[in-house]
Amino acid sequence: MQNDKNKKSIQDKLTTIKYNCDNKSHLVVDQKKCAKCKEKVCTKICPAKVYELDENQEEIIVQYENCLECGACRIACPKGAISWEYPSSGCGVIFKNN
Amino acid sequence: MDIKYNADVIVVGAGPSGVSAALSVAKEGKKVILVERASYPGSKNMYGGAVYTTALEEVFGDDFDKFKFERVINSHSWAFLNDEGSFELTTKNDTSRYAYAIKRFNLESQMIEIAKKYGVYYIPNTLVKNLIQKNNYVVGIKTEQEEYFAPVTILADGVNSLLAKELNLRNNYQSKDIILSVKEAIKLDKKTIEERFNLKEDCTNGVSKQYFGTDFGSLKQYKNLFMMTFLYTFKDTVMLGVGVNLADLSKNKLNINEILEETKKHPDIYPLIKDGETIEYSAHLIPEGGYKKIPKLTSNGVIITGDAAGFVNGVHFEGTNFALISGKLAGESALVALDNNNYSQNTLSIYNKKLEKSFILQDLYSYRNVIENLYSRSNSISVYYPKKIKEFFEIVTSANCISKSKQFREFFFSFFKDRKISELFKDVFMGLKCALDIFFGK
Repeated sequence: MQNDKNKKSIQDKLTTIKYNCDNKSHLVVDQKKCAKCKEKVCTKICPAKVYELDENQEEIIVQYENCLECGACRIACPKGAISWEYPSSGCGVIFKNN
Repeated sequence: MDIKYNADVIVVGAGPSGVSAALSVAKEGKKVILVERASYPGSKNMYGGAVYTTALEEVFGDDFDKFKFERVINSHSWAFLNDEGSFELTTKNDTSRYAYAIKRFNLESQMIEIAKKYGVYYIPNTLVKNLIQKNNYVVGIKTEQEEYFAPVTILADGVNSLLAKELNLRNNYQSKDIILSVKEAIKLDKKTIEERFNLKEDCTNGVSKQYFGTDFGSLKQYKNLFMMTFLYTFKDTVMLGVGVNLADLSKNKLNINEILEETKKHPDIYPLIKDGETIEYSAHLIPEGGYKKIPKLTSNGVIITGDAAGFVNGVHFEGTNFALISGKLAGESALVALDNNNYSQNTLSIYNKKLEKSFILQDLYSYRNVIENLYSRSNSISVYYPKKIKEFFEIVTSANCISKSKQFREFFFSFFKDRKISELFKDVFMGLKCALDIFFGK
């Protein structure tokens, strides 16, 4: 329901957040390590669903624009395959109401 | 060393810890630069919803009056959720003024304004990329555009502290030491909130609630989730969030938003947020490794404070007070180094001594095993005891015309029959051990 004010999906919830989008990704995954990773927990646990498998279920797509900068993926990744930095100065998520 | 210093102290990160550190240095007339990667104060931060008066007053003194809060938080509840309802305990005191609800943008804005008044030089919108080291001393910071030099750098760069890692002052956290938390700011009428939570119009009271238990809805399938839910009333917003151990999420390949959604549907919680509008979703990590995971707190020319140092007492929801006070102590330690014109780790280690004398290391020490122990008994906390509490109060309240003594006896013996008896002993042993640790302290 589009008019439902009670947002349920992550996608809907992300629309409530203000971002100043960086022009380059602050998250870089090592696709070679990811290819060998069975769990791919990043695609499950990220609270903003930043990581998704591409349509061939091979490579990880990183939607860094949605990142909430929590750092969960960096710690949870069993392969240490995520190079995690902060977005450039003033970029990234802008929480205003929390 | 012929370094041209821009300041006496550089503080990285303008959260509670960083501002407090910068303020305590500036108040003594020293030059402080406070660098923040966000363009708006507090816009990278998230918390449950309340700051504590004692620490704020200690850090800001008479300026405490300048803070504009949304509501006093003086009703605290703990509830164990079950399938259809809950068991809830509440402590309430309308005259108490220990905690206030305030949004992070307002909290950080007001803190920074006060700090600026005392001469803190605030540089927002600036990401620190690296620390500058010379002869094994940290002597400054490198931002995207510039370099700044000072004999002491205070790292208040939050839970992910990439700078502390760069210096090898701490190891990477493990998932089991981290709580991932997400929160929704849910907008409702001020009047609706007052009606639903029985609050006064003048905002002199407000509610904080913590919920335990996962034996409801689709969460029933998880037998060992270490999680809790929190709720805070603001003026015209209810903050509702969950915190879940990151290792549990990974193990179950579970997204925390699913847990939040299931929680929102629970019959105890749904009526409180019904018809509300989600105006913001946010996420943050909480370092809950405690005493055992504290990094090396000082090195030549550098001190670590707040979340970056892992100063959180997860059991009591204390974090901002640890941040404020550890920041203050870091600032005072930097002043000692400046007075002695010696910035070695040895001189700066006065910070460790100050922390040991304060509640910070004392609490972290006495709680050193608590979170770990609770985590090891997550089935008991999240599933088994919420169920038993429900059973107990069914006996008490149901007037079911069965002999009470028979029912109570059966209830008592069920503790030995429900599960392996060793489980019960583990719970008792764990409970006693935690209680004794906390009682005897340091």
